Order: sequence, then C-alpha cells, then structure tokens
Amino acid sequence: MFKLLEGPQTLGRGKMFWSCFLVVLAGALAYPLFADSYDVGNFAYFLIWIFMALGLCLMWGYGGMLSFGQTLFFGIAGYGYGVLAINMGGGTATIAALALSVVLAMIAAGILGYFMIWGGINGIFFGIVTLSATLVLAFFLGQTAGPEWHIGPARLNGFNGMKGMDPLTVGDFYIEGSALYYVMVALIVIVYLALRMLVNSGIGNVIVATRENPQRAEMLGYDVRKYQLLTFVIGSGLAGLSGALYTSWGQFITPSSIGLPAAAMPIVWVAFSGRSDLTATLVGSFLLLFGFQTITVYSQQAALVLMGALLLATVMLAPQGFVLGIGKLAADWWRGRRWPSDVVAEAGRLQPEDS
Amino acid sequence: MSLVEVKGVSKRFGGLTAVSGVDLTVNAGEIHCLIGPNGAGKSTLFKLIVGLYPPTEGSILFDTVDITAERPYARVQRGMSIKMQAPSVFKELPVRQNIQTALQERLSGSERSAEEDRLLTLLNLAADCDKLAGALSHGQQQWLEIGMALALKPQLLLLDEPTAGMSPEETFRTGELIRSFNSEGMTVLVVEHDMAFVRQVAQRVTVLHLGRIFARGTLDSILQDEKVAEIYLGKTHAH
Repeated sequence: MFKLLEGPQTLGRGKMFWSCFLVVLAGALAYPLFADSYDVGNFAYFLIWIFMALGLCLMWGYGGMLSFGQTLFFGIAGYGYGVLAINMGGGTATIAALALSVVLAMIAAGILGYFMIWGGINGIFFGIVTLSATLVLAFFLGQTAGPEWHIGPARLNGFNGMKGMDPLTVGDFYIEGSALYYVMVALIVIVYLALRMLVNSGIGNVIVATRENPQRAEMLGYDVRKYQLLTFVIGSGLAGLSGALYTSWGQFITPSSIGLPAAAMPIVWVAFSGRSDLTATLVGSFLLLFGFQTITVYSQQAALVLMGALLLATVMLAPQGFVLGIGKLAADWWRGRRWPSDVVAEAGRLQPEDS
Repeated sequence: MSLVEVKGVSKRFGGLTAVSGVDLTVNAGEIHCLIGPNGAGKSTLFKLIVGLYPPTEGSILFDTVDITAERPYARVQRGMSIKMQAPSVFKELPVRQNIQTALQERLSGSERSAEEDRLLTLLNLAADCDKLAGALSHGQQQWLEIGMALALKPQLLLLDEPTAGMSPEETFRTGELIRSFNSEGMTVLVVEHDMAFVRQVAQRVTVLHLGRIFARGTLDSILQDEKVAEIYLGKTHAH
C-alpha cells in the first residue's frame, strides 16, 4: 500500500525527497519549542487553510474540475460546527461536532455534485455554478441578523457572525495554541499522504484519465461521473475540514469568509503553487498564506492587490504554477544524477501544459 | 449466432439524416468490414453501436440483450471496445499509464505488469513506454489506442479506420494482428477505406451509402457490383 506514496501522479520520489520531507516535518514539530505562542497560533491559522487548497488541487489539478465552491463547503462546515458545538453543549462533543460538520459539507457536496455532474455541467460552467451556489449561501447568511434566525440556542447573527461555540475540547482541555498546532500538523501529514496514495492508485489513474479525455475513460468501461463525484466530495470535504477547524480556532465565523473575495483565494493559492501537484500546492499555499498574513498586518488592501498581481503573473509567466516551475528546475538539476528511464519519466511528468 | 443486431436504426441531427433505417447483424467470431464513401454514416453507426449517440429510431442488441438505452461504459462492461477514428488517448499521460488505465479493472499486480509489457511489445511501443502519449507519432497513437481497446479483452472489437496514417508495412501488420485476435475468438467490426486491408481481413462486408445499407456480402461479390464502384467514383447519388 505504501508504494502508492510514489507514482506518476506526484512529484517527488526516492530517498532524497522523503529525507527532505522528514527534515521539514521534524522542523515543524520542533517549531513550538523555540517560537512564542503568538507565532505558533498564527502558524496553526495558516495550516487551517491548507486542507482547502489540497482539496481544490485534487479537484482542479487532478480531476479537471475548477470549483469556485471551496468557501461554500468551508461555510457549511464552519457554521455546521458552530451550530452543532453549541447545541451539543461543547466539551468533548466538539470533536463529534467537527466530524459531523465535515460529513455535512460532504453530503452537501454530494447533492450539488450529483446534479451538476449527472446534468453534464463541466468546464467553465462548473466554476460558474459552484460560484453561484457560494454567493447564494453568503447572501443568505448575510441576512440572518434577526433573532428569528437560530438553530436551537445557536444564533446565525448575519454579518455580525456566529459566536459562542467552544473550541475543540477533550475533557477539560481546550485544544488551542501549541496543541492545536500539533493537531494541524498531524492532520496535514495524514491528508497529504492519503491524497498521494489516492492519486497514485487505480482510482487516481481514472480521475486523471477523466481529466485528460472523459470520453476515452468512459470507453474503457468507467462510469466517469462516479469518479468525478468522488473527487468533488473529497475535495469539498477538505474545504469543510478547513471551515470547521477555522470556527473552532477563532470561535467565530461570518459570511465574509464565504463571499467572493474569500472564494477567489483558494484559486490564487493553487494556481500560483501548481495545481497539478499536491506537494507544490502544500508548499506554495503555505508560503502565500504566510506572506498574505504578514502584509495584511500593514494593509489588507495591499495584500489583496498582491494576490491579484500574483494570479496575473501566474497566468502570464508560469501557467503551470510558480512552485511547480521551481520544482521543475530542481528536477532538471537533479536529473543528470539519475538513471535515464527516471529522467524520461520525470520529463514527461513536468511537461508544461501549453507545450 | 449474432453478437450484435442493429434493427431499423436511424440517427438525425436536426435536418440531417446521418443513418437511416439500418439493419445490420454481426455474427460472433467474424471480421466484418463496413465500407462506403466519406459521409456514408459509418462512424455515426459505430458511435450508435457503442452508445456515444442515442439513436433517433430503432434498437441495438448485444448478445441478445437490448442495450439501446445503456450508456457507453455499461456497453464496454458487457464486452465491447472501440478504437475511435481520430486517435483518442490520454495525451498528457505516459504510454504505459494509458495501457495500465485500460488494464487495471481486469488484472492486478504482477499479472497486470506482465500484460502491460506484452501489449507494449506487441504494439512496438516498449521503447517509448515512458514518453507522453501525445509525443508519439500519429501512427503510434493509433497503435496505442488499439492496445487500450485490446487490453479490455473484448468480445467485440470496433475499429474505426485503424490504419489511418500507417505505412503499408504497418497496415499489413495491423491486419495480421486483427486476424490473430479473431482466430482466438474475438469478433471484429472494422470501418476502413483501404481496400487492400479490407481484402486482407474481411470475412463479410457491408457497404453504407448516404446513411443506408447499399450492399452486403463477400468483398469479391461487392467489388463486382457496378453500383458499388459507381458510388466510390461519385456517379450515384442515391440507391
């Protein structure tokens, strides 16, 4: 099973890659030992969004489905966590609230995805429909300020945002600060490795084949709609995981975390990083989030303008993604030191999309 | 015994009738060639059989089961496999992964690896197995697609102009390959323009013209039919 960690669908293989992976992981685990708690909390916040980026990478880069709906499912799970945590009384039940809210996002993705995919919506229309659904949810939640908008004791509160839910809790122990950071790191490692195994498996072969040529994939006997739906549900579920973790981290969520500027962010992260590779998306998204947060401290407008400029630069200069492009350069350098068959395979893997 | 029965099938695209009231039977174990001038409806009939187009009228039976309403993947699971007219491969994926994707439902582990190697060698693609499929020549892409179709080990193999873009030597070799698969029991339905190739492989021939069945029989009997020669020379506009 572990041999699926490496394969034609993912960049990085061999002892060198996994040694680097372990070094980075060791650094991440050691970070709270020498950083102050504020920075650790900030890092935990950056890591929350990585799941959403990886989910979009799976859908867009591997499955060929450009979903503008990541913040839709982020919002469903984020609000879902709040409603469930408040109604279930907090405490250890928050763990169940987290799991159930992610399941809720996946069910919503299953329903929306079913109608889109079975209805033959694809290409740019997939993005338009998912964006529309996202904006509908943001608009709906924005007008829930009145006291009549509540689910049990949980008030939705319109643009003022929902609050009052407990953070993730085990017994009397709140999972915050360094503990939350370690939970994030563990979840990211699990999700990243699981996605590598998925895309390098037989299912991953079909997902990628469907992106390349859906008619041929169907003519090999695959019901491509099921594979597309599976991809959409997993990718959207990961956005839901980000949403639930976000709400538990800040004990707060508003419709602005769902609306248009927020919905565009995952597209920028993944496009800049390199949508066709999980590792590039993981690294690139983290760097962008770190940079965005750093600049936001001084000027949120400047940070948004920079994001727009980066998207333009990506489209104009590196359509395959900047981080993936740098990975390619590194692979070019490394290539001469490996067997020719590996070199050819790597060259194929890293072929620019517009060539 | 018939493997495929096409009964009164028509296909209209708006005001254009591409296939009109076609009845066609393909017997199990035969190599059946569909010929006809450009625009005769051959490829449309193929797409109707495999489910890429729904028929406007008529029904299609496969192994006595009515499959008219079934989607393409379900027909493939029943034992059909097609090579399309234009090469239809996964161009951004390596050649081996193309074959692997076709094989993975039927075989796994070392059996699959061995079959991948066998097919790649059979199709003269072993040396290029790590290349992207899109980097292959047109003829090689045809071979690759034939390999993907064969990987499914179908009861019925549909080949739409399998030798387009191939040299005479490659065309002859393709014919010999098809005959060898047929001798192992595979039924083959081929659309082809190359008469030398048709002569090499065909056991029965059906001529389509303007969307209708124009003639059927052995190749020799067909070629002796003056009307068939005339439609190929463009002298007849209707049957």
